[in-house]
This record gives sequence, C-alpha cells and structure tokens, in this order.
Amino acid sequence: MSIDLKIIKHISKLSRISVNEKKAEKLAGDLNSIFDFIEKLNELKTDNVEPLTSVAETTLKLRPDKVKSENIREQIVKNSPQDNEDYFVVPKVIE
Amino acid sequence: MSDITKQSLTELVINIKNKKLSSTEVTKAFIERSEKSKELNAYITEDFTSALEKAKRFDQKPNFDLKLSGIPMAVKDLFCTKDVKTTAGSKILNNFVPTYESTVTENIWKEGGILLGKLNCDEFAMGSSNETSFFGNVQNPIDKDLVPGGSSGGSASAVAGQLTPITIGTDTGGSIRQPASFTGTVGLKPTYGSCSRYGIVAFASSLDQAGPMAQNVKDCALLQEVISTYDPKDSTSIDFTRNQYSKELSNNIKGKKIGIPKEYRVDGMPKEIEDLWQKGVQYVKDCGAETIDISLPHTSYALPTYYIVAPAEASSNLARYDGVKYGFRSKGENLIDMYEKTRSEGFGAEVQRRIMIGTYVLSSGYYDAYYLKAQKVRKLIKNDFDEVYKKVDAILTPSTPSSAFKIGEKTNDPVSMYLNDIFTVPVNLAGLPGISIPAGHDSKGYPLGLQIIGKAFDEQNILNIAYAMEEKINFKNKINDWWIK
Repeated sequence: MSIDLKIIKHISKLSRISVNEKKAEKLAGDLNSIFDFIEKLNELKTDNVEPLTSVAETTLKLRPDKVKSENIREQIVKNSPQDNEDYFVVPKVIE
Repeated sequence: MSDITKQSLTELVINIKNKKLSSTEVTKAFIERSEKSKELNAYITEDFTSALEKAKRFDQKPNFDLKLSGIPMAVKDLFCTKDVKTTAGSKILNNFVPTYESTVTENIWKEGGILLGKLNCDEFAMGSSNETSFFGNVQNPIDKDLVPGGSSGGSASAVAGQLTPITIGTDTGGSIRQPASFTGTVGLKPTYGSCSRYGIVAFASSLDQAGPMAQNVKDCALLQEVISTYDPKDSTSIDFTRNQYSKELSNNIKGKKIGIPKEYRVDGMPKEIEDLWQKGVQYVKDCGAETIDISLPHTSYALPTYYIVAPAEASSNLARYDGVKYGFRSKGENLIDMYEKTRSEGFGAEVQRRIMIGTYVLSSGYYDAYYLKAQKVRKLIKNDFDEVYKKVDAILTPSTPSSAFKIGEKTNDPVSMYLNDIFTVPVNLAGLPGISIPAGHDSKGYPLGLQIIGKAFDEQNILNIAYAMEEKINFKNKINDWWIK
C-alpha cells in the first residue's frame, strides 16, 4: 500500500488544507511511514469482534428541552475574525 | 521568601490555613520565580497582575474551609479560562479569549485556587516533546536543551521547576504521564469519565482526560479530589461516588495483587528501564503486596490502533477551525480558498499530518479497512485488561521506554516520536486510570518513572500503591536552577 501525490491532493481537498508540491511530497513520505507502522493491525483476525466505540459504558442521559443560555449573541460573535453587528462575515459566496 | 516555592501543595495549604503564610506571599513567591524562569518558556500567557489582586482579595476575606484556600496555580493552555486567552499552543487560536470557563478549572477556583497563567503545550496536545507548540519548545528544568515531554510539557516543566505548586494537564495517549516521567514529577490520568471534558479544547474525544500533576502523590490526590466531579455538560461524564482521595490516602497495600505484564518488555528497551522496573517489583513486595506475572497479548497493537483512532477523531474535532467563528483567518479569493489557506497557515505541521491521517482513514473506501478495524482491535485491547483484572488489583510498568531526549532529536521521524507513548497509550484506549511516579535516575541523572495502571474508577487504589512506593523510593529530583536569571 502506498500513498501517492494523487491521494495527498484528494485528502488535502477533503480536509480543506491547501498543500503545495513540496509539502505534498513531504506528507506522502511521512504518511507512508506511518501507514507502514499501522499495517501491523492486519496480522489480527477481527471478523467476529464487536467494535469498541466508547469506553464509557453509559447510555446518553435525557434532559428537559429547556433553554439554558440566553442573550449570549454577543459572546458568540465576540471572537469572530470579522463580524458585522450580529453576523459572521465570510467572503462573498453568491455572484 | 525563597523557600515558599519549595513547599508542597499540602504544606502550603496548611501554612495558609494556620496563617503562617498569606495567599499574597505565596502568590508573589511563585510569580517572582516564574519571572526569573523565562528561559524555560513554560508559560504562554501570564496572568500575574490579576493573580495578585485575587490573592489580596482572598487575604482580606479568607475562607479556610476550602480545599485549595488561596493557592496560586498555572494550568495547561488547553483549558478554556473565561476572559483569559486560550491558545491550545496553536496559531489558529492565537487570539481566542473564551467567554466561558472549563468545568475542571471552575472546580479549582471554587475551592480557592487562583490562576497564575496558562502553560505551554504541544499544538492541540499533539506531540510527545512540546516541540509542536506555535509558542516554541519548552526547556526541561532537569537539563538545558532537554525536552520536558509532551503534550503537557509546560505543565511538567512548571511543576518540576517550582513555578507553580501544582497544575493540571490533559492526557490522550500519555500527555500527563510521559512528561511527569521526564521531569521527575507525579502525574495522574484519571478514568475516562472521571473529569469533565467541558471547556477543554478537544483532540480525540473518546480518549481525552484531564488530570493532576504534582511534586508528590498526596498533592496529586488532593487536586484529583477537587477536579473530579460529575458534570451534565459532558455527556461522557460518569455519575459515581468519588472518594475523598487525599483523606483516604493510605500506604497500606498489604495483600494487593500487582500484575507485571510480559509484553511491556519491548525490543530495544534500555537495561536501565528494565532494572528500574525490577526495582519497582521489589518496592511493592517490600510494601507487602504480591506480584503476579500476567499477559496483555495485544499490547503491541495499541500504538497502531491509537494512530488511527486519535487522528480520526481529531480530524472531525478540528473541522471547526475554519476562520469564520473564531481564531485566525487568512485572506482568500473565495470561501473555499479562505478555508484552505486559513487551515494551511493556522495549523502546524504535526497537526496537519494528523488531520490528513484522520481524514484518510475515515474517507470513503477506507473506513472499514482502517477505522472499523482499529475499533475492533481496541475492543481486544480492552478485553486483555478486563481479563487480567479478574486476577490482579493493579498493573506495574515503566512509564516510558527511555528517559527525556534532547530537543530536535526525534522531530524528523514521526514514528520514533510516537513510540514514546508505547506504555501509556493502551491505558487511554481502555479508558483506565494510570499514574506515573518518579522512581529513579538513569546514568545521566535524568529521572525515570514507573506507571501503575488501575481498574476503572479505582483511582484510590493506584494512588495508595503510588503513595506506598513513593515512601520506599524516596526520590529526590536533581534540579540545580540552571535557568534562573
């Protein structure tokens, strides 16, 4: 199994992280050595094993559907890199 | 004044309660030492002025019924602190000022603790040497140009260097225990569900746990008592009766059965580590406990499993950093370009690497082969522990396969860096508590740690074993204040 530049470009797009050629090559090298190490898992037969999704053996608790945080609009936009009154601002998306 | 910072948390609490010291005196002493210790680069954000004000306010109207009456403390910069910048060691959160407080830190302030500042860590807690922080690497007080471990490297350095009497870190794959081991301090990773994750910058949600780091076991037990509470705001927080860990601390471990897992004797492990482990076996026997050889057959699969599960969860958790809602934003020609540039410029190399791994293992066509496979192996690893806990009360292992290494020594080889966590990662995968205590020195005089792993929610038992061993080991950290200006 080998991770080539085409795969790197694909996951770069999926993860919304831009990579140039140089960075893509470095990433391919790193990921290949990491996946070589991960391949060890294929030594194990796991057909009849239940996957473990959470170690907390608890079912999600229900709570009344009540508003707890009120009037926090200001707090929510407080850290936004660019805001206009009560809105988040992004580059124009509609022509 | 100078000897105030040498006192343990327990001593400081008593001295403040008996009015031998004021909170202001104690806070001043730690601030002065922190200011002389810039070379350690342990702090990302100092909150000294505000800390002094809080200490003065405490002294004017003291409440000595609290568990941490007037005690100043710096915390890892992964805990959101209201109105105090919280960066997670990342450029992308370089300007983030939370409008809310994490539950764990809230618990500390409620018991009389006072925030000194925010401590350096690997970016988003991804690292084992504190070298991935956007704010630069941290020096280990043990020796110049030595890593303090990671990701809670600033926390470990600050406790070992006596810049704070005690601190909290987070541990996803060893981030409390490994730096504790590298700096000659005590670090506890509690059972998953013991401490609330609310307000902690998320890395891998099924593995992350906050925990105390201290100079000794008793201090560690006291802080655990404060931070471990049931919290409805974290859906994985568990509602169980918590012990009064420090009050119930006992060095009587007679008759306890302690497992020694043969799989932790890994290839290429230095003889010093093996010798330390054997000494550990002798110490617990001297305390009246019994050791039993056990097997955890899937141990060698833990790291590969971790390097699928943790990056997969991280890639999902870190999707929120998009330059829109908070944090750093780069200019882009359009929305997508803005996202891609923000994340490319805002995240460091290790974080990008892990997001890429996580995205890949979750992507269409690879999910079953990697992510599902890893979850199945995770089950086998947990089964190993369930099986041995029918026979033993706790497990004793080395904390790390080596002592602290030099800055830059492992940065070019991610896999060799990952191998640092070989003894700590299985504990996170199984959701168990584990504690690292300093147990000796290597030939260079660097500290080495031993790890005690417990059953789920059995923190009291491993604290007791650690307490009994600590007495026998009588460890003295070799710190010569080389960095003090």
